[in-house]
Amino acid sequence: MSEPTGPTLLDPVQMGRPVGRLDGRRKVLGVAPYAVEHEAEGAAQAAMVASTVPRGRVRSIDATAARALPGVLAVLDHTNAPRVADGEDREFAPLQDDTVWFRRQPVALVVAESSEVAREAAALVAVEYDEEPAEVGLRPDSPRLYTPEKLSDGSESDTSAGDVEAALAAATHVVDETYATPYEHNNPMEPHATIATWHGEDAGLGDGPVLTLVDSTQGVHAVRSSLAPVLGIEPERLEVVAPYVGGGFGSKGAPHVNVVLAALAAKALAPRPVRLTVTRQQMFALVGYRTATIQHFRLGADADGRLTAISHDVLEQSAAIKEFVEQTGSPTRSMYAAPNRRTTHRVARLDVAIPFWMRAPGEMPGMFAHEVAMDELAHRCGLDPIELRVRNEPDVDPETGHPFGRRRLLECLRRGAERFGWEEGPRAPLSRREGDWLVGTGVASSTYPANAMPGNEATVTFEHGCYAVGIGAADIGTGSWTSLTQVTADALGVGLEQIRLGIGDTRYPSASVAGGSSGLSSWGIAITAAARAFREQHGDRPSEGASATAGMPDNPDLQEYALNSYGAHFAKVRVHADTGQIRVPRMLGVFSVGRAVNPTTLRSQFLGGMVMGLSAALFEESVRDPRFGHVVTQDLASYHVAANADVADLDAIWLDDDVETHLNPMGSRGAGEIGIVGSPAAIVNAVFDATGVRVRDLPVTADKLLAGLLPQRERDHVLGDASA
Amino acid sequence: MTPFTYTRAHDPASAVAAVAGRPDAVFLAGGSNLVDHLKLGVATPGEVVDVTGLALTGIEDGSDGGLRIGAGVRNSDPAADARVRERYPVLARALLAGASPQIRHQASTAGNLLQRTRCVYFQDTTTPCNKREPGSGCSAIGGYERYAAILGASPACVATHPSDLAVALRVLDASVVVLGPDGERRLPFGELHRLPGDDPSRDTTLAHGELVTAVELPAPPPGARSTYVKVRDRASYAFALVSVAALLVPSDAGDPRDAAQVRLAFGGVAHVPWRATRAEEALTGVRLTDEAIDAAVELELEAATTSEGTAYKRAMLRGTVRAALRELSTGERTLR
Repeated sequence: MSEPTGPTLLDPVQMGRPVGRLDGRRKVLGVAPYAVEHEAEGAAQAAMVASTVPRGRVRSIDATAARALPGVLAVLDHTNAPRVADGEDREFAPLQDDTVWFRRQPVALVVAESSEVAREAAALVAVEYDEEPAEVGLRPDSPRLYTPEKLSDGSESDTSAGDVEAALAAATHVVDETYATPYEHNNPMEPHATIATWHGEDAGLGDGPVLTLVDSTQGVHAVRSSLAPVLGIEPERLEVVAPYVGGGFGSKGAPHVNVVLAALAAKALAPRPVRLTVTRQQMFALVGYRTATIQHFRLGADADGRLTAISHDVLEQSAAIKEFVEQTGSPTRSMYAAPNRRTTHRVARLDVAIPFWMRAPGEMPGMFAHEVAMDELAHRCGLDPIELRVRNEPDVDPETGHPFGRRRLLECLRRGAERFGWEEGPRAPLSRREGDWLVGTGVASSTYPANAMPGNEATVTFEHGCYAVGIGAADIGTGSWTSLTQVTADALGVGLEQIRLGIGDTRYPSASVAGGSSGLSSWGIAITAAARAFREQHGDRPSEGASATAGMPDNPDLQEYALNSYGAHFAKVRVHADTGQIRVPRMLGVFSVGRAVNPTTLRSQFLGGMVMGLSAALFEESVRDPRFGHVVTQDLASYHVAANADVADLDAIWLDDDVETHLNPMGSRGAGEIGIVGSPAAIVNAVFDATGVRVRDLPVTADKLLAGLLPQRERDHVLGDASA
Repeated sequence: MTPFTYTRAHDPASAVAAVAGRPDAVFLAGGSNLVDHLKLGVATPGEVVDVTGLALTGIEDGSDGGLRIGAGVRNSDPAADARVRERYPVLARALLAGASPQIRHQASTAGNLLQRTRCVYFQDTTTPCNKREPGSGCSAIGGYERYAAILGASPACVATHPSDLAVALRVLDASVVVLGPDGERRLPFGELHRLPGDDPSRDTTLAHGELVTAVELPAPPPGARSTYVKVRDRASYAFALVSVAALLVPSDAGDPRDAAQVRLAFGGVAHVPWRATRAEEALTGVRLTDEAIDAAVELELEAATTSEGTAYKRAMLRGTVRAALRELSTGERTLR
């Protein structure tokens, strides 16, 4: 192993303290403005008209009735909407031609004096289509399946080492099963929304913003860099503002069509601001979702449970209008040791809405399949599922051969087993009953890569005895306002009260998105570099107005080490023997994520991820009706997410002596997604332990269990009548 | 949202007159269903008559040992009423199994009974639906059927009635007090809702302009125990996959599994709250073993039609009735 050449770590003074949210008071008082709440004098309101066919062409649009409605200002469609400068990315080229790529695609936009009039007018726009045959369902025999060039994490579609088929043929124990995960929708509390104001080329003194977007986004600079070329604006003259964001879960990690529509409408009505809010129903078509997957997983092991083969073949779905390829098989490549390994991805671009990032894209569905398959293997080997993982712990990253920075998976499993009261030994399904409830426990591993994104820069300026620190980062509810202030204070060696943080605005230097569990790492690297540059240039007693700006120093460790976070999930479930209803009285997550910058907000990330994992395990499923092509469970009454009553004893802890020495000066790694990785598998494994029924397609619902639940008399027989 | 006029009624008779006199007028009570429909374009009334100001908000003792619940009483109130909880546990439990605390505070008794199906196609104006647009077809058949009916459905409609309260009232032999242009009438609760037949646009037997003013509960049979068991995917704020309202009068004999009387109603299986009279007959005077209960439910389900999406409801209904009757015979409540 080479000598550490990574970042020089900060001395944690403010970091590590459970500082309460600095923006908490503003949020509780309701004075922290979300996108549509920003002042925009005289703003007009826009409403989208959605296609009612899944594929075809717009034959005609009759907006006569809509235009006749008092208060309607404009109806834009492909015949009269402002042109985009670059329409290569078709998601960002709405109303440019008559093609319909998916049902619910916007085909017109109404702008009116009020949102009520806009919505009423939108309903009055009569659109006729020439419909074409569409393919909207993911089928293993789809003629549209192909091998993608790259996955969305930039890695290869297919990987192979050794001879998987020969190893499987020679294996003592084999798991050969197919797992499926459904469409899921991110559903942040705050819908996607934008206020767009087109100032024009002559705004200001010629260098002011041409366009201002107050947006709900996970990255103001991502919106700027994506849309400036689309709209034909110099990037520095596209202003994007998002100080407070009500969640995103990946769906706000890049702009979607609604932002372009708001900009086009603003251009048409310039200089009048235009406000466009995506409705909850429209969110099920326009702002991304988790792709559906069908995963063929094969594991081979010797008599001792040592893996000889790992094979993960993924079928998944993307959109005809735009490719997005979930990296479902990526985590499999580095998780466990085996001499023979392969992963493949095949994708069908269907006539449907565009999938995109949803919390732990790839890791969540991929590790669901992997960790349920491991549980099945433990069962077949007659091993404790934790012991099976101990026996397959790799020494180096199986994929790259690089050393792990610090892989503490087994410590997470052991610490969790102790805290949870895990009963060691092989599982004996259907062995515990409390009254009418069958009780089981399950475990699963978790992992998530330690990401730091390039392209971050920060500036530090001494003003009025305080340090104004600017970076175009985002706080999407995770607590970045607070944790970044702590990082900044330690980077400058001062107290929190001396820091004036500025984020959520393109007036601050470039920053990567709040996504991929990379935000705090990436931004903190730049902030620390700027603080160090500031001290080098201006010392400890800077003069008023002293300033320094810096980007991210090179970090050769990123090429030399495999840097990942790890975790262990434990779940207890109860299944009602008569009705099949499932309840989860207890969940425990133990994580290794490096140093806790803010224990309070860190814990919230873990708990939120675990609740989302519970929700994915038992509830979440977007039902796409193949006859129509759109999601019919398109509101929060029919698309179920976990409610308060579903969450009982929920516990998240972390290895508190953890310091990541290779990634960033804070000693931290990201924590936004690892809570949802593996937690669905822990629950599914616990359901099997309780009932003896193995469900391999999410979500696990009562009806899927009922068919497999043994009748009372046979259950009594299995249980030896002990608890009858 | 289509523009409409809004008027606030000050007495029941004028409210009835206002709605009866205009075909596109509707009553507005708690609004927890109607306001959604206004936003979705499912309802496009020309006039909305607000009845929340009417004095229909009392829970009063009846002369026969029963209870009269005003149509405007909010769902959370009877759920917390000591008389309801003591005499009609099935009613309190059904109310608490419905919606969320916020919605229960807002929704009215009559509005709960008159709420419309949550069939996803009914609520989506871009898909055919005979209930919303007669003659356009039923999208639920062959589509998303998880919440669809298996009893009493028709080729025109497989929607289910979403109310939990209605299922409880069905086993309590309640009646409904209705005010119309020609005066007041009472109808047995079982005659309020109707099966879809070839006209699913009508959920009830009420004429346009008729206003429900109260629900009347007779005294429960002496010694009766009752409960409500609802099976749903998540633990709260979800409509029933299936639900069971059960009332049991133990026999005088020693074994608690011997019942003198059993009443059952099912939710989540039909266009109406379904009174399971055939199952009741099969279980009267019979020891309530799992086998006897399963056989009785299967007897009730002889008339059922299931599809791939609803096939699970048979086993789930058997299990739910077992759980409900076991609870009533043992006094041990295992499902909430």
